[in-house]
Amino acid sequence: MTILAYLIPISLFLGGVGLVFFVYTVKSNQYDDPEGDARRILSDEYDDHPKR
Amino acid sequence: MTASMRPTPSACPACAAAPAAEKLAEMQPHDPAQIALSLPTIHCSACITKIEKALDAHPQVKSARVNLTLKRASIEAEPEVTAQDMKELVEGLGFEAHELDAGTLNATANDRAGRELLMRLAVAGFASMNVMLLSVSVWSGAADATRDMFHWISAAIALPTIAFSGQPFFRSAWAALSNKQLNMDVPITLAILLAIVTSLWETSLSGEHAYFDAALALTFFLLAGRYLDHRTRAIARSAAEELTALEVPRATRLTDTGDEEIVNVAQLAVGDLILVRPGGRMPVDGGITQGTSEIDRSLLTGETLPVFASEGQAVSAGEVNLTGPLTIRATAVGADTSLHQMADLVAIAESGRSRYTSLADKAAKLYAPGVHILSALAFVGWYLYTFDLRTALNIAAAVLIITCPCALGLAVPAVTTAASGRLFRKGMLIKHETALERLAQVDTVVFDKTGTLTAGTPELTNLAQLPRADVELALALAQGSSHPLAQAITRAAREAGIAPAQVTDVTEVPGYGTKAQLNGQEVRLGRASWTGAQGCAETATFLQNGDAAPVAFVFADRLREGAAEAVQALKDAGKTVYLMSGDTTSAVEALANRLGITRWLAEALPADKSSRIQALTDEGAKVLMVGDGLNDTAALAAAHVSISPATALDAARVASDIVLLGGDLSPIASACATARSATRRIRENFRIATVYNVIAVPLAVAGLCSPLIAALAMSASSITVSLNALRLR
Repeated sequence: MTILAYLIPISLFLGGVGLVFFVYTVKSNQYDDPEGDARRILSDEYDDHPKR
Repeated sequence: MTASMRPTPSACPACAAAPAAEKLAEMQPHDPAQIALSLPTIHCSACITKIEKALDAHPQVKSARVNLTLKRASIEAEPEVTAQDMKELVEGLGFEAHELDAGTLNATANDRAGRELLMRLAVAGFASMNVMLLSVSVWSGAADATRDMFHWISAAIALPTIAFSGQPFFRSAWAALSNKQLNMDVPITLAILLAIVTSLWETSLSGEHAYFDAALALTFFLLAGRYLDHRTRAIARSAAEELTALEVPRATRLTDTGDEEIVNVAQLAVGDLILVRPGGRMPVDGGITQGTSEIDRSLLTGETLPVFASEGQAVSAGEVNLTGPLTIRATAVGADTSLHQMADLVAIAESGRSRYTSLADKAAKLYAPGVHILSALAFVGWYLYTFDLRTALNIAAAVLIITCPCALGLAVPAVTTAASGRLFRKGMLIKHETALERLAQVDTVVFDKTGTLTAGTPELTNLAQLPRADVELALALAQGSSHPLAQAITRAAREAGIAPAQVTDVTEVPGYGTKAQLNGQEVRLGRASWTGAQGCAETATFLQNGDAAPVAFVFADRLREGAAEAVQALKDAGKTVYLMSGDTTSAVEALANRLGITRWLAEALPADKSSRIQALTDEGAKVLMVGDGLNDTAALAAAHVSISPATALDAARVASDIVLLGGDLSPIASACATARSATRRIRENFRIATVYNVIAVPLAVAGLCSPLIAALAMSASSITVSLNALRLR
């Protein structure tokens, strides 16, 4: 059962990484236009370099 | 001018209290323009790229981004670019576009409450998944020290999570209790807290059953419902606010020295001289001191015919100046104008609507006391039977957890989210939370005429009967004018491929018409009295060529897109359709015959409309009012549910529950169908939730409910309810 001493912290840590990542996506406005983002991948236009 | 506004967070509390003042203060010439456009007709990736490409190609646009979810484009550009330019650019691509006030939008852009809920939801989800993993090991046979350790780890995760994620429920329950009321959040809070307390107690005594996973799953599912609910409302609210941003409240004031200055309407005072250009709307009540023109009063009274206006005549706020510039002296401003006084009728009528109780509230009213009584009875019963506080408390907690309204909390928001999303894609915006439920009950539909069933733009009807030479002449006179009738002639003649006649010295006489010289003779196109014609009952303008008898050009109001389909579909669905208008009897009768509406009311005053609707309501009808004008506002508020187009006056949009974003009326009929099936789904969801309770509650009361059964019942009912909501078509 000593394996639990490793596994439980590891699983909590990995879950925590997921949570932190989710918080990052919320903070960087990635849920503002879910419908548009779903359609944008179908387009050939790359919009990751906006005109400045 | 809106284009150059960029609201920044203001540290000055007075500015926050008076956003208008802040906006004016922000109007500095060197700010880059933030332009927002509403695009009600976009629907796919091709629309996005087409609009973004065209906007980016504009040399002065720095960046442009289309948001498909909100059907909106935000553009950052050089200060000299106006929203009007951008609007025309997008309209040139074949999309409908409306200008939005970027200042009003930014205030709602950062949806803090929504983010907070999402964060709590994420934390609850994370914690419940981890605790569920630990619980699964317990259920599959972990015993003794291992089980205790798993329970303690679960407790260590659950306690801080509940403290953070459960706050919305705790706050709402506390607010209800301190008002000596019960709401849905009271049993929720009690269940969560009781589950945590008994689980801690059990764990400290090395007990077998702990409900940490249940408490967390409960929080997670309920937060999911809460978040869906919030999102639907936030989208509707921000869009409703952007609609109020459609009318940019500016006016041109003449100073003592005769200079023009652009000011906010709120700053106008009685006695100010205000210049209203053709196409502009009167910002205040006043008297005309200079100029002749015609004014369009359709939004206030429903009349389609423009009214002649000259010096000395009184005008009301909301009327539109058509042909010549007018200078008016303000006699009433702000809340004293006739526009606002009419809006006050709304407040009276609106009090009637708040009587409607939503299905969710009805369910909660039955549910909350029932659950508490049941749980208390279980506690008392088991205590008297065993005289063991621990067993009794455990069972009471199990009953509360099992009955906790997870599925009930999701039943309504899951369906309304699906339904409002569907309607939004069709171009309808649900503003009021119970609007869908009320729309589902509608059996009578009342339409306004001008601006609702008709587009408010006239259409030439007797082109075929007119001599070609006269049409050529009329086109030559009409093509330079911005008067709606002249534009209708131009449009009709161009479509028929008619070229204008050669005339010289074309001059527009504001308020009367247009005149010109043809072969040394004067020709006139304009109102009856000015061209020597006898007026007729229909909307008409006359062409006078020298001494010949004047020729009448007759117009009818153009039907709005989808109007005929909407009326037909509503009649097919078995609804009674009425037409009520402030316009003349002949105009209303003509339209009613054209659309096949047998019940109509003409020359109705605003109070007539609302009292007629009241009478229908008293007869037991559930009335849907569709209208756009100020004269409809009281009727919109008096009806059971109301719809107004996006082009409607502010007051009308505020009074209505649903706003049509596009120009098309046809979604109205399908919206009624969607609303009905949504209500059916909500009822089904309540039934599903009840069935789960009926099965699980006796087990819980009998003390046979393990945490495993509780988790299964809770998840299964929540998932079934959500899936049922997605069936909505």
